[in-house]
Amino acid sequence: MRYSVFRILEQGLTGNRGWKPVWREPDPKPEYDILVIGGGGHGLSTAYYLATVHGQTNVAVLEKGWLGSGNVGRNTTIIRSNYLLPGNQPFYEFSMQLWEGLEQELNFNAMISQRGIINLFHSDAQRDAAVRRGNAMVLSGADAVILDQDVLRKKCPFLDFDNARFPVLGGLWQPRGGTARHDAVAWGYARGADRRGVDILQNCEVIGFDIRNGACHGVATTRGAIRAKKVAVCVAGSSGQVMELAGLRLPIESHVLQAFVSEGLKPVIPGVITYGAGHFYISQSDKGGLVFGGDIDGYNTYAQRGNLPVVENVCEGGMALMPMIGRARLLRMWGGVVDMSMDGSAFIDRTLIDGLFFNGGWCYGGFKATPASGYCYAHLIATGASHPVAAEMRLDRFASGALVDERGAGAQPNLH
Amino acid sequence: MIIPHPLLGPRDASEFVYLGDASLIDRPDPRAADALQQFHDYLYLRDNPAGEHRELWFHEHGDRSWLVVTRNTLTHEITAVELAKKVALERGRDR
Repeated sequence: MRYSVFRILEQGLTGNRGWKPVWREPDPKPEYDILVIGGGGHGLSTAYYLATVHGQTNVAVLEKGWLGSGNVGRNTTIIRSNYLLPGNQPFYEFSMQLWEGLEQELNFNAMISQRGIINLFHSDAQRDAAVRRGNAMVLSGADAVILDQDVLRKKCPFLDFDNARFPVLGGLWQPRGGTARHDAVAWGYARGADRRGVDILQNCEVIGFDIRNGACHGVATTRGAIRAKKVAVCVAGSSGQVMELAGLRLPIESHVLQAFVSEGLKPVIPGVITYGAGHFYISQSDKGGLVFGGDIDGYNTYAQRGNLPVVENVCEGGMALMPMIGRARLLRMWGGVVDMSMDGSAFIDRTLIDGLFFNGGWCYGGFKATPASGYCYAHLIATGASHPVAAEMRLDRFASGALVDERGAGAQPNLH
Repeated sequence: MIIPHPLLGPRDASEFVYLGDASLIDRPDPRAADALQQFHDYLYLRDNPAGEHRELWFHEHGDRSWLVVTRNTLTHEITAVELAKKVALERGRDR
């Protein structure tokens, strides 16, 4: 069923009895051309682009829980392309361009809102770094504007500009950045893939790989064995667990990132704002809740919940930057397990096992990458060659020395 | 999380800095023939288990000792805490 204004009117006048489930719930077939492990944003977009760009429709997506039950429904919904390094920025700008046409392509309302993102700076040195980053963004085809304090005072009068320790001097603004409704992104990709014949198999956990003579021939699952010519892993926080089943160790640690939402308020935060002195970022949902977060907890965990000192730290960052939010009450907080890589950048690569591919290491920033990650992963799986914008996201980069170390923190995942 | 420090008793985890897997104690021998490969694996690859995990914590806001904490990464339950110095000596390191 194609969605349109006329469909809404028609259904509204006939008691909304005509809406149908937007994807099937098929039983697993014994064999597929391609298996995508992980029914989150990246896995579903991979399946979607395999079907639409490469004509691969004998594909199944395996999800151990329900569709979109992991990080695609737990993030803070920010989309942006404000990276610095040549191994990252063209990729994220490509993703931004896919975001811009996504709703029309999927015929699904993902509530994509290009309300802008502002990274604040608080010192001359930070301003220089912001200008350099802005130049790198412009060189990649993205948009970047340096805002001075006067302009920023008009846009965001509530910031603590004259803070004695960290005065707000200005910000790096990407007007095309913004937010998207994360669940709808998963649902839209799932619907688009399903309509083209991709099987989405929920409650189907992978418990082993069929690896013979250095090649992967399929997987064992809780719903039986499934053969496949190619197997593509895409499981974010569970990367270490799943790849261990294939006998591979990864340059990844799993950590927890907490996120928070306040009670609903009238519109007050324009766009996305990030603090340059502490780790704090905030936006306001269309329902009015302030959506914010900060640092990861900083220790290995799979628990999907964090500890209170980080909650205090995040809220202190918010209070230091915009004291007005102190009156807002916290409504909910939750955690997601993120796959922190050793240099803070992601992997879209083949493995040493023939027919087994790996996509992961997105750290706490995988949501914005969802369209390009799926697009480039599908390109790699279908053609055997890396997509040009993802060519540096290799698993062997720690052996070759070609790191993509955006933060410059070294092999210390909890510092990225 | 509360970490039961072997010398100081129960201490809040926020007094500590986290480093990672306790296998970082086992620095490879730089004179080994395959030292390059060993150091690559030592520096960059992790077991990243879901369940029991032995890991290094540094008591920065305390007695500045390194601890080996055995903690469950699914429940955050801590089952053992040792001084890293003792563990390192037992594993044949000179300090």
